[in-house]
Amino acid sequence: MISDLFTTTVLIGILTSGIRLATPYLFASIGEMFGQRSGIFNLGVEGMMLMGAFAAFYVTLTYGNPWLGLLAAIIVGGVMGLAMAVISVTFQAEQGISGIGVYLFGLGMSDLLFQKLLGSVETVRGFRPMNFPFLAEIPVIGPFLFAITQQSILVYIAYALVPIAWYILYRTTLGLKIRAVGENPAAADALGVSVPRTRYVTVTLGGVLAGVAGASLSISLLNVFQQNLTSGLGFIAVALVYFGGWRPYGVLFGALLFSMVNALQLWIQALNIPIPGDASELLIMMPYVLTIIVLIFSAGRMRKPSALGTPYERGS
Amino acid sequence: MLDFFAKHPRFGQLLDLSLPLLATLAALGVGAIMLQLLGANPVSAYSALLNGAFGSRNALADTIVRATPLLLVALGICIAFRGGVINIGGEGQLVVGAILGTLVGLWFPEAPGIVIIPVALVAGFVGGAVWGGIPGLLKAYYNVNEILSTIMLNIIAVQGMNYLLRGPMIDPVQLQAASRIPQTARLAQAFDLPRLVPTRLHLGALLAVILAFAVYIFLWRTTTGYRIRAVGLNPDASRYAGINVKRNIVLALLLSGAFAGLAGAVQVYGVHHRMFTDGSLAGFTGSAGFNGIVAALFGKLNPIGAIPASFIFGALIVGANSLQRAMQVPAALITALNGLVVVFVVSSDIFSRRLARNRQLGVEPSSAPPVEPSLSPALSVEGEGPQ
Repeated sequence: MISDLFTTTVLIGILTSGIRLATPYLFASIGEMFGQRSGIFNLGVEGMMLMGAFAAFYVTLTYGNPWLGLLAAIIVGGVMGLAMAVISVTFQAEQGISGIGVYLFGLGMSDLLFQKLLGSVETVRGFRPMNFPFLAEIPVIGPFLFAITQQSILVYIAYALVPIAWYILYRTTLGLKIRAVGENPAAADALGVSVPRTRYVTVTLGGVLAGVAGASLSISLLNVFQQNLTSGLGFIAVALVYFGGWRPYGVLFGALLFSMVNALQLWIQALNIPIPGDASELLIMMPYVLTIIVLIFSAGRMRKPSALGTPYERGS
Repeated sequence: MLDFFAKHPRFGQLLDLSLPLLATLAALGVGAIMLQLLGANPVSAYSALLNGAFGSRNALADTIVRATPLLLVALGICIAFRGGVINIGGEGQLVVGAILGTLVGLWFPEAPGIVIIPVALVAGFVGGAVWGGIPGLLKAYYNVNEILSTIMLNIIAVQGMNYLLRGPMIDPVQLQAASRIPQTARLAQAFDLPRLVPTRLHLGALLAVILAFAVYIFLWRTTTGYRIRAVGLNPDASRYAGINVKRNIVLALLLSGAFAGLAGAVQVYGVHHRMFTDGSLAGFTGSAGFNGIVAALFGKLNPIGAIPASFIFGALIVGANSLQRAMQVPAALITALNGLVVVFVVSSDIFSRRLARNRQLGVEPSSAPPVEPSLSPALSVEGEGPQ
C-alpha cells in the first residue's frame, strides 16, 4: 500500500539511501566541475569510473584492504585523467567526441580485465558503514541521527569534498586561475597563468575523482563489480554539473535531489508497492526525466564557463 | 615537414584523407600490445579477426549486415555534426524507431508485405525523428545541452522499451508458456526484408547505401542542407544572413534521430524479425548508436565516406566475435579498441588543422585548394543561446 511509504522507518530508510547513493555522483561531479570550470568538457567520466571501480575491486579482493583498492582507483583514475588532458589540451581534440572514445575504452577495458582476471561476479569486503551509537542517546532525534549516519567513510569523504571544493575554487589562487582560464584563457595567458598547466591539473584531478567515484560503487555501495557497473552514472554526473550551475553547493543539491528520487524509486520497488500498470520502469525513468526538466529550467539562468569546450591555442 | 605539405597541396590532401586511417593503424598497434599482454599472439588474433569478417561468403554477408545500422546511424550523425549539434542519442533513437516499426507489423499481421515494409520503415524514421526532435527543441528553445538531453533520452528509451516488451507488447506465446521473456511475437514472414543473395544479407543494406548518396546530395546540393551546414559552421553569421538558426538546429537533430530510428526498424525487419531486450540498451542495439558515431567520424563526416567506414567497423564487430571464439579474447577488447580509434582519430585532427593553416600561410592563394573544414569549427560543446 502506498501508505506503507509514509512510515518513519521507511522515510528514514529513503533518506539514508539517498545520502548514500549521492556519493558516486558527488565525487564524479565535483571532479568534472573543476575540469569544466577550467574550460574542458570531459565526457569520458563514465569510462574513468569503470576503470577505477574495477581497479579498486580487484586490488581490494586480492589484498583484502579497501584502502589499497582506493589507492588503485586514484592511480588508475589519475592516469586516465592525464590521458584526457593530453587529448583535450595538447591535441586540442574535439572534447565531446574524445570523451565518448575514453568512455568506450574504459567500458571495454574494464569488461575485458573483469573477464580475464576475475571471470565471474563475486562480492568483496569493502568499506563498511560506520556506527555512532552515542548519537542514539540524543533525545527525540537521536535514533534518526543514528540511522542516517550509518554510512561508509567514502560517503563522508564525498560530502566533505563539497566545502573543500568551494574553498579551493573561491578562496585559493589555484581556484582563481581555474576560473580565469575557463572564462577567458587569452586574458589569463596574457597575465601569466599557464592555461595548459591549469587544465592539466583540473582534468587529472577530475580523473582521480572519477576513479574514486567508481571505487565508491565497487568497494563501498555495492561491493561488487560487473560489466558496465556504472550504467550511465558518469553521464548523469556530467549533467549534474550543469544542474548545479558549476558550483559545488549547486552540484550537492543536484546530486541529492537526483539520489533522493532514485532512493524513493528503489524503496517503492523493494516494498512491492503496486504501481499502476506494473510500470516499474516508469519509476526508474523518474530521475532522468527530472534531470531534463531541471535542465530546461536552469539552462537559461546558469552561466557556463565561457571557454567551455573550446581548445585554447596562443594566438588563436 | 609541414613545409613540404604546404608546397605540395596534393600530398597535403592525401594526408588529410588518410589521417583517420593512420590514426586507426596506430590504435590497432596499441591493440596489438594489449593482445600480447593478454597472451594472444597479435598476428593470429588479427588474422582470426579478418577471417571472421571476410573469410567466407556468409562472413562477408554478416559483416555487411552488421555494418548497415552503423551506416544509417552514421548518416544521421553526419547531418547532426555538420549542423553543429552533437547527437549522442543514437541508441535511444534507434530503439524508439524499432518500437514504432515493430508496432506497425504487430498491428497489421495480415497485410501484404509490400505495403507493411515501407510503412514500417517510415514509422521507424518518424519515431527516431521524434526522439531526436525533442533534444533539438530543448536545445534551440531552452538552451539545454544536447549531449546531456540525448543521453538522458537514451536511458528513458531503454526503460520504455523494457516496459513495453515486458508488458503491452509481449509475445502472447510467452504469456501462454508463462516464460515472460521480454520480446514481441515474431513478425509475419511476409514482412522479412528480402534477401539480396542466399545469405543473411538483406535489402536494408542496399537501402542504406542508396540513402548515403541521398544524404550527400541533401547536404551539399540542396538549400536546406546548405543552411544546416552554415549553421554548423558559423551560427552567428548564419543568423546575420537571415537563416533561422533555431529551426535548423531542430532539423539537424530531428533528421539525425530519424536515420537512427530507421536503423532500428531495419534491424527489426531485416535481422531479428521481432523486438527483444536483455534489460540494457546494447542488448538490442548492439551499440550501433555509439559505433555509428565512430563510423561517421572515421568517414570524416562525409556520408559517402561513411560507407567504407561502417563496413570496416562492421568487420571489426563481426571479427571480434570470431576472435572471441577462436582465441578466447573477449569481444570487449574491440569496444576498447573502438574507443582508442575514436580518440586517435579525433586527436589526429590537429595535424589537419595545422596543415591547413600552413597551406594558407605558405602558398599563393590561387594555387591553394579550398580547405576542407575539419571537425572543430563545425562543433562546439555548447549551442548558441537564444539571442
